[in-house]
Amino acid sequence: MGEITTKLLVLGGGPGGYVAAIRAGQHGIDTVLVEENRLGGTCLNVGCIPSKAMIHAAEAYHAAVLHAGEASPFGLSAGPPTLDFPRTIAWKDGIVGRLNTGVASLLKRGGVKILRGRGTMVDGKTCLVETDTGPERVRADHVILATGSVPAALPHLPFGGRVISSTEALSLQKVPATMAVVGAGYIGLELGTAFAKLGAKVTVVEMAERILPAYDAELTRPVARRLGALGIEVLLGAKATGLSGDALDIEVGGEPRKIPAEVILVAVGRKARTQDFGLDRLDLDMSGPFIRIDERCATSMRNVWAVGDVTGEPMLAHRAMAQGEMVADLVAGRRRAFHKVAIPAVCFTDPEVVSAGLSPEEARAAGHEIRTGLFPFAANGRAMTLGAEDGFVRVTARADNHLLLGIQAVGAGVSELAAGFGLALEMGARLEDIAGTIHAHPTLGEAFHEANLRALGEALHI
Amino acid sequence: MGFRIVKLPDIGEGVAEAEVSAWHVKVGDVVREDQPLADVMTDKATVEIPSPVSGTVAALGAEAGQMLAVGAELVRLEIEGGEAAPASTPDAGVAVAPEVAKAQDAASGQSAAALVPAADGLEPAQPAPAPKPAAAPKPAEPPRPVAAKPAAPAPRPAAAAPSSGPPRPSGEKPVASPAVRRRALEAGIDLRQVRGTGPAGRIGHDDLDAFLNAPPEDAAPAPAGRAPRTGVEEIKVIGLRRRIAQRMADAKRRVAHFSYVEEVDVTAVEELRAALNQRHGASRPKLTLIPFLVQALVRALPDFPQMNAHYDDEAEVIHRHAGIHVGIATQTPSGLMVPVLRHAETRDVWNSAAEVRRLAEAARNGLAARDELSGSTITITSLGALGGIVTTPVINRPEVAIIGVNKQVMRPLWRDGAFVPRLTMNLSASFDHRVVDGYDAALFVQALKGLLETPATLFMEA
Repeated sequence: MGEITTKLLVLGGGPGGYVAAIRAGQHGIDTVLVEENRLGGTCLNVGCIPSKAMIHAAEAYHAAVLHAGEASPFGLSAGPPTLDFPRTIAWKDGIVGRLNTGVASLLKRGGVKILRGRGTMVDGKTCLVETDTGPERVRADHVILATGSVPAALPHLPFGGRVISSTEALSLQKVPATMAVVGAGYIGLELGTAFAKLGAKVTVVEMAERILPAYDAELTRPVARRLGALGIEVLLGAKATGLSGDALDIEVGGEPRKIPAEVILVAVGRKARTQDFGLDRLDLDMSGPFIRIDERCATSMRNVWAVGDVTGEPMLAHRAMAQGEMVADLVAGRRRAFHKVAIPAVCFTDPEVVSAGLSPEEARAAGHEIRTGLFPFAANGRAMTLGAEDGFVRVTARADNHLLLGIQAVGAGVSELAAGFGLALEMGARLEDIAGTIHAHPTLGEAFHEANLRALGEALHI
Repeated sequence: MGFRIVKLPDIGEGVAEAEVSAWHVKVGDVVREDQPLADVMTDKATVEIPSPVSGTVAALGAEAGQMLAVGAELVRLEIEGGEAAPASTPDAGVAVAPEVAKAQDAASGQSAAALVPAADGLEPAQPAPAPKPAAAPKPAEPPRPVAAKPAAPAPRPAAAAPSSGPPRPSGEKPVASPAVRRRALEAGIDLRQVRGTGPAGRIGHDDLDAFLNAPPEDAAPAPAGRAPRTGVEEIKVIGLRRRIAQRMADAKRRVAHFSYVEEVDVTAVEELRAALNQRHGASRPKLTLIPFLVQALVRALPDFPQMNAHYDDEAEVIHRHAGIHVGIATQTPSGLMVPVLRHAETRDVWNSAAEVRRLAEAARNGLAARDELSGSTITITSLGALGGIVTTPVINRPEVAIIGVNKQVMRPLWRDGAFVPRLTMNLSASFDHRVVDGYDAALFVQALKGLLETPATLFMEA
């Protein structure tokens, strides 16, 4: 058995782990990164990146179909498109592959040693890694646990065969004729919408009374409208009960019903990956199903840190990256704390949804007196030219000093507005700060400007 | 939508300008008709300017503390249905000429003083096409004198951070940009302790600098465990306080003060006072020493006409007054005021007592009319109750003499070959040496002393 002694061991090569390792390498810290599969974790391999590739391909195909059907509002017509789906998948895999390679070279440039294989913690300073060339024992002063999360399964719909998770949904060999999506969270809706655009007959089954239950109703309404327009049937207050024949059994309003489904995508959330890596031997304090961390991502064991999905919600790659970067700084002896005003969240649904900071209801629940401003894209010139007038930008600010508390948007392409939203909140902007900033015309960002103006009672274009 | 310009009315002072001492509204506020807009101060009276119409405040014509010419734009209101108003709207003979209706019934002890405007004075900027009743000049709603308002800390934008007290309410998160947060963390600074001077109380790099550059003994808690107080409160000297400051500086600069102190045996007059108070109980106003001192002045001044005079040093003329109008220096919540006991020579001790009390109350409540606050020919200032052996009073220009009353003390006095306990009191008087000779001043004070020590002489017609 080989022995490796290092300053820092990072267990898991997802966004939290690899960013921590890159930063640690830049600090000159002797670092070993253990990854069983491909670098980049869920996000890069079976999450954010491949799903966005699929969504993009599906949108392009869907647009071509519309134009072929002479539904083009600006007079474009084209012949009926065909889609070589295996090539779509190959294209997506190509992007993932390039990013895999990119992460590996960044790690290499930082002097990080990558150990391929399954790592199991023996104690708070030792990890046993089963590599292709035999076991390695890694001893480290510091350990960062970045083991991520896995798709949550339903007990009566275990994964396997026709029942797939988002991971398999991104690698289907053909577009299914019918697809049932269990769960109307962002994962289910993103993929369900993509497959509907690719030609599948999609039915969404959601237990809650509305889609995207994590977001407020006002924000999700344009998404619900669009799902209807795309012919996606959304069954709310519905429960998947099992499989029969080539259908999904559900219960909706007390009535059993069969949803024909060639493929059943279960997207009911993700759970922290706390099994199979020796977590029990560390006996760390837990916070429910997650590893408990403090504001520095320190666990209950000295010099054992945890970042990313394994530490709980929000399970977002950018949160994990920020945590990983911070922990590397901490290991390097810097003083750091995770004091963030906002962690923006984006749904790449159609239209897209962005939320940063508090919603109006959350702000009120937190005891703030608030004023809000909402600007619809229907009054935004750029949105019109994109043929995407549904949606809005909404801001929430404290009534007394106009400090922005939260910014949400729904609309085509609004994910790119997340940068400005996050910056505004993180810098402590007031309504007047955004209102006093020139926003380039004609862009969707003007809606952000106008929402602030409107909250001040000074809207110009509405 | 249109604008209505509210001009600073002529509030009858015969002056060309007045000070905006406090704002009751700010830009963006919605005001109702008759809602107070601002406090405007002339001499020592403050007048509240009500809004002539309902509307939204579009602009303020001055900052609190600024002087504004009569007829200048005080407030610009945005109103429904009006036309845009040219700023050059002629003054259509709208001057307010408030006359002071003064309650003559001194015995009532209550001031009924009120400013009654002759006209509205707040003209419509344009003949409004759809005049609401409010647009017509109306005699109602006189500007209310509000002199006793504690020289209102001008309403500031809610965002302005107070410069003293804790940095922010407890439980409130400090607002700072990520760079500031990081710098604070690395410097070991808890941002909750740092005052933010930016908008919405945002903490900037300069605030951190200020915190870091505070003297070391301030930065570290004192050994006794008392928190150091490092704030500096900035108080704008406006309103009454500014008037006081100007007048005091003027007096000290121009008047050649000298003070003369004499001890007075007040045993007899105090016995008399106590006896009179006991005899009449609640049926007559309670007598203090002041009415007796007023009586002494009334008896003595005819022999010293140079003391009951105004020295107009610019015209180089002395006006010797026949009537004795005694200013009574009075502490009010907003500062020193000097209401005037008119024609003291016509009053007996009870009448004086009642009037002095009424005037003091009126001044403290801000209800004193302007002519009750001007025209004194000699002033009494009493800090007696607070102790103190000697004062050096500042002369109330253009008067030439001021009599200060010090604390009454029981002292051993040498009388007829033995020490006897006597109630004594010092009179500290200041004179304008430019026009009052020391010799005369000494004689005058000795005359007062003689009168007070033999109280019967106070009531004897010479």
